[in-house]
Amino acid sequence: MSQSKSTSILDARILIPAIGDAFRKLNPKALARNPVMFVVTVVSALTTVLLFRDLITGGENIGFSFQIVIWLWFTVLFANFAEAVAEGRGKAQAESLRRTRTETQAKLLKGDDIKNFKIVPGTSLKVGDVVLVEAGDIIPSDGEVIEGVASVNEAAITGESAPVIRESGGDRSAVTGGTQVLSDWIRVRITAASGSTFIDRMIALVEGAERQKTPNEIALNILLAGMTLIFVLATATIPSFATYAGGYIPVLILVALFVTLIPTTIGALLSAIGIAGMDRLVRFNVLAMSGRAVEAAGDVDTLLLDKTGTITLGNRQATEFKPVRGVSDQELADAAQLASLADETPEGRSIVVLAKEKYGIRARDMGSLHAHFVPFTAQSRMSGVDFDGSSIRKGAVDAVLQHVDHATVASTNGTASLVVREPQTAREVQAISDEIAKAGGTPLAVVKDGRLLGVVHLKDIVKGGIKERFAELRRMGIRTVMITGDNPMTAAAIAAEAGVDDFLAQATPENKLSLIREEQAKGKLVAMCGDGTNDAPALAQADVGVAMNTGTVAAREAGNMVDLDSDPTKLIEIVEIGKQLLMTRGALTTFSIANDVAKYFAIIPAMFLAFYPQLGALNIMGLKTPESAILSAIIFNALIIVALIPLSLKGVKYRPIGAGALLSRNLLVYGLGGIIVPFIGIKVIDVVITTLGLA
Amino acid sequence: MTINGWIQILVFCGIVALLVKPLGGYMTRVFNGERTLLSWIFAPVERGLYAVAGTSEREEQHWTTYAAALLFFNLAGFLLLYLLQRFQGALPFNPAGMTAVPPELAFNTAVSFMTNTNWQNYGGESTMSYLVQMAGLTVQNFVSAATGIAIAVALIRGFSRASVKSIGNFWVDMTRATLYVLLPLCVVLTLVYVYLGMPQTLGAYVGATTLEGAQQTIALGPVASQIAIKMLGTNGGGFFNANAAHPFENPDAISNLIQMVSIFAIGAALTNVFGRMVGNQRQGWAIFATMAALFLVGVVVCYWAEAAGNPLVHALGLQGGNMEGKEVRFGISMSALFAVITTAASCGAVNAMHDSFTALGGLIPLINMELGEIIVGGVGAGFYGILLFVVLAIFVAGLMVGRTPEYLGKKIEAKEVKMAVLAILCLPLAMLVLTAIAVVLPDAVASIANPGPRGFSEILYAYTSAAANNGSAFGGLTGNTVWYNLTLGIAMLMGRFLVIIPALAIAGSLVAKKTVPASAGTFPTDGALFVGLLSGVILIVGGLTFFPALAVGPIVEHLAMLLGQTF
Repeated sequence: MSQSKSTSILDARILIPAIGDAFRKLNPKALARNPVMFVVTVVSALTTVLLFRDLITGGENIGFSFQIVIWLWFTVLFANFAEAVAEGRGKAQAESLRRTRTETQAKLLKGDDIKNFKIVPGTSLKVGDVVLVEAGDIIPSDGEVIEGVASVNEAAITGESAPVIRESGGDRSAVTGGTQVLSDWIRVRITAASGSTFIDRMIALVEGAERQKTPNEIALNILLAGMTLIFVLATATIPSFATYAGGYIPVLILVALFVTLIPTTIGALLSAIGIAGMDRLVRFNVLAMSGRAVEAAGDVDTLLLDKTGTITLGNRQATEFKPVRGVSDQELADAAQLASLADETPEGRSIVVLAKEKYGIRARDMGSLHAHFVPFTAQSRMSGVDFDGSSIRKGAVDAVLQHVDHATVASTNGTASLVVREPQTAREVQAISDEIAKAGGTPLAVVKDGRLLGVVHLKDIVKGGIKERFAELRRMGIRTVMITGDNPMTAAAIAAEAGVDDFLAQATPENKLSLIREEQAKGKLVAMCGDGTNDAPALAQADVGVAMNTGTVAAREAGNMVDLDSDPTKLIEIVEIGKQLLMTRGALTTFSIANDVAKYFAIIPAMFLAFYPQLGALNIMGLKTPESAILSAIIFNALIIVALIPLSLKGVKYRPIGAGALLSRNLLVYGLGGIIVPFIGIKVIDVVITTLGLA
Repeated sequence: MTINGWIQILVFCGIVALLVKPLGGYMTRVFNGERTLLSWIFAPVERGLYAVAGTSEREEQHWTTYAAALLFFNLAGFLLLYLLQRFQGALPFNPAGMTAVPPELAFNTAVSFMTNTNWQNYGGESTMSYLVQMAGLTVQNFVSAATGIAIAVALIRGFSRASVKSIGNFWVDMTRATLYVLLPLCVVLTLVYVYLGMPQTLGAYVGATTLEGAQQTIALGPVASQIAIKMLGTNGGGFFNANAAHPFENPDAISNLIQMVSIFAIGAALTNVFGRMVGNQRQGWAIFATMAALFLVGVVVCYWAEAAGNPLVHALGLQGGNMEGKEVRFGISMSALFAVITTAASCGAVNAMHDSFTALGGLIPLINMELGEIIVGGVGAGFYGILLFVVLAIFVAGLMVGRTPEYLGKKIEAKEVKMAVLAILCLPLAMLVLTAIAVVLPDAVASIANPGPRGFSEILYAYTSAAANNGSAFGGLTGNTVWYNLTLGIAMLMGRFLVIIPALAIAGSLVAKKTVPASAGTFPTDGALFVGLLSGVILIVGGLTFFPALAVGPIVEHLAMLLGQTF
């Protein structure tokens, strides 16, 4: 992940334009999206009219009215400001993306001949066109490689400068418009028309232009609108109660009570929280195609993780030499090392390393030994070395056993050879390999001149710290399932070592899909990541499908998130980000509602003081005057929005300590805190404004 | 406050707590359609009724069908009761020769009994014939209670079932609630009440010559049977005008205790039915604990306020607690306890005059009703009422565990929130808006007995009681006017059906959802934390709405009293 993309919350480059945006967002059409703030705007406008009326007719206490009206408008502006700041961070990133999307020329191919092309502007390309992209060219639009191999610089979208390989066929065939081919050439079939390419979508996403309210946000808005209505009833009935008591309450004071009671804090910050959540993912180099996907990430119950690359390091390593009876460790190690000297695969290299570390067998020069390397082929499933008339082979156990058999047959045909069939040894090799397989390893048999020497234990290396991550996930209530092509025995062993809850062995695209459906039928939400075309159905079926950026177009289309770094372990962080988004929303809703207690105690005694002075006993904060009490409450109500902008952008920290502990912690901070904080805040503001002589 | 008073309160709480499990277990079997102890008597009756009604216990209803059946049934009950009152003069069982009830009063009374409110703008012994009392009022006492239980059970099914469309069958639930739960308990209670000295007769009123030689008519009637269902079904409509303060309706301390327990019994047991049906009794106990916590706070405050008495009266040389409007055979503790129970539970029966309570003592019954009577509440109604608050509480705070809100594995989404908000919104709408209109209407204000905040409280209490379907009166207010008969009737309808329909809609929406299995990341809803959260949401969302109204009513009155002022 590139840290350069993260922007600090209090960056002047974002804050200053946000002030202007706060005013621009006073546009009623924009405000109507947010019921609470829309209502505040309406009553602010109403009180402004009343203020002007009083100015003309010369009403009393104009200074106080003026301050109330000002703070009402500030409440609206602060809400707009919060949203603008949240959007600002995305905008900054969209800017840098736009810069990379330069006008390109495309080499449109007419037929199969790559010499025969016409230069056209990139924007004129249609889906299905085939273009040639050569070294140095910018890929004109999203597409799929249909011929050739090339190294591509995708820094424009990933921020990662190391080039990646793109080739036809397989799982690395997708190319993104705006990235640059560094070497070789490829033929690309265009899959996205200009304006709807990946980068275009990215820009739209980070700018928040396509932001739709998520289901939970919609539900929350309903609740907030409902509470606003309840407080309309609570405040609109007060004048009549006052009339009964022979008193009168000015509209301005009713409005002040109303605005402080309705959940303005969460109403103001709700969309900022949502935007910031998406933004956190973007800065993490993950693109969520919808807010719904981010929300679903928080709800994930089951995580499907591919074994290779996610749970284990990509390559197996030799960890032990297991000779058969009558063969020393040293002898087996020596033979295995010789057979691997020219083997450039990670497995081969790890054998050389193990032989050196454990038995001090140093690397020898193949040339001086007159050795001839026999490479691995799919037919023989063995590799090895021939030198000085002897031959060493290492390979899959069944292949090696067959080789030995074959050699025996050859010798019975009369060829002079030392090869003898040794059934006990073969059985012993079989037993050792079974043991290794049971432990999750891969056995590699070694044979020298037809004589079975023993087995090398190749082991999947479980990534460091991954077990702790899974324990953490378990505490979060998330079940992990390892997906692997290995046989069940091996899979079980690795699953146990890595600490996953379950595994799917000998996985095929079909049983992967049916596993997801099964989990979903139980009411669970499933997250997975994948890159191949055959992952596409499962990615589409999963509630959170994270496609790797290196993957195929089909996979990228099927998932609802794209990981630009193509790092499957990120699923875990994606879940955390989803949870953080939901928690922040809940924390601020709770805080906002809990705030009401103090506001009642500030305003009610002040409101009725004229005709029920006894209610002064409810003024437990000891606020100086009725005016200062009302003003303090409304100022607190406006300032708390600004004070909580950093929290709503950063998000409430998620701790995997179990739901019960997390809830009690958050209830204490945001629930109880929400009751207490305004008592202190309003009192402090009261002291300040009475000292300044404002009320 | 006395040790004796506290002991009596604790005895009451203990008995209710002990009843929750056995009664809950029995009711669960009844509503799951399993065999029970009484099946051998009632199963044939039940089958017969279904055959007549053309339904079957296997026939399940979508929530809209369920709601339509319920509305139809209630409308029919309303019409029947209205006509019985209007024509009682021409109908039998009318030894006292009562004449037709005026239309607006008949409307008010019919709505009142259909909605399980039992607000009474009439004196029973001077207005209603035995036929109306038995075939009209008592029948509604049963079926309105059974309706409430049916809705609660339907809503519980919303949580306990998954991925289906139907929430049960209204006719079946209603029949079972009446036959297996209400009827047998009422039979036992009636016999006990008769044993304790309550009249149970169809004979005429009795004439008596007093010691001074004056002639007195003593009203009688089938009292015991009506009192049994009045309490058990949280109806509260008294046979006599004095309600449970009348010696024939509530002869002694034992009958008082039995009545109080029977008010709470079914409502409290429903929490256990809930727990059992969703497969975790602790879930039910958590809700019971929330109710208990809110209840005990109310009892302590009310008892304390009444026992402390009025300093203005103390200044006149009368020491001790506030005994005005209370029966000496119950005393302060049992009057305060009764007042809290009856308003917590939507019963509305009274054994003391609430208008004579101190300001704070009267504040508790008001708050109980304004919260929507979710502290045990009306049979069924209290339970579905508190579940609406559960939906809100879960929605507000549930996000704080980092998952979208879910309760018992059901996701709480836009539709549930919308319906819960609608239901909760209807209470301030009926209580505050109608009060706000009445307190500025000279005709309506003319009905109050006391000036100042107390008079305000009388009106507020009337609409609160009506909208909450409680039915208790603060007293003091002359309610039998055209204005109050109509508006109180409207408040009762709003408070009943604007809650029922959303509750059933929630049941219908939940029942179709999958159940997400609980995990370590799931919001725990069976512990003290949840009890605290739910209580907090109930008090802040439900209670604070009424803070301004309470401030200019009982609160200012109390503060004035402390300052030695009167109005």
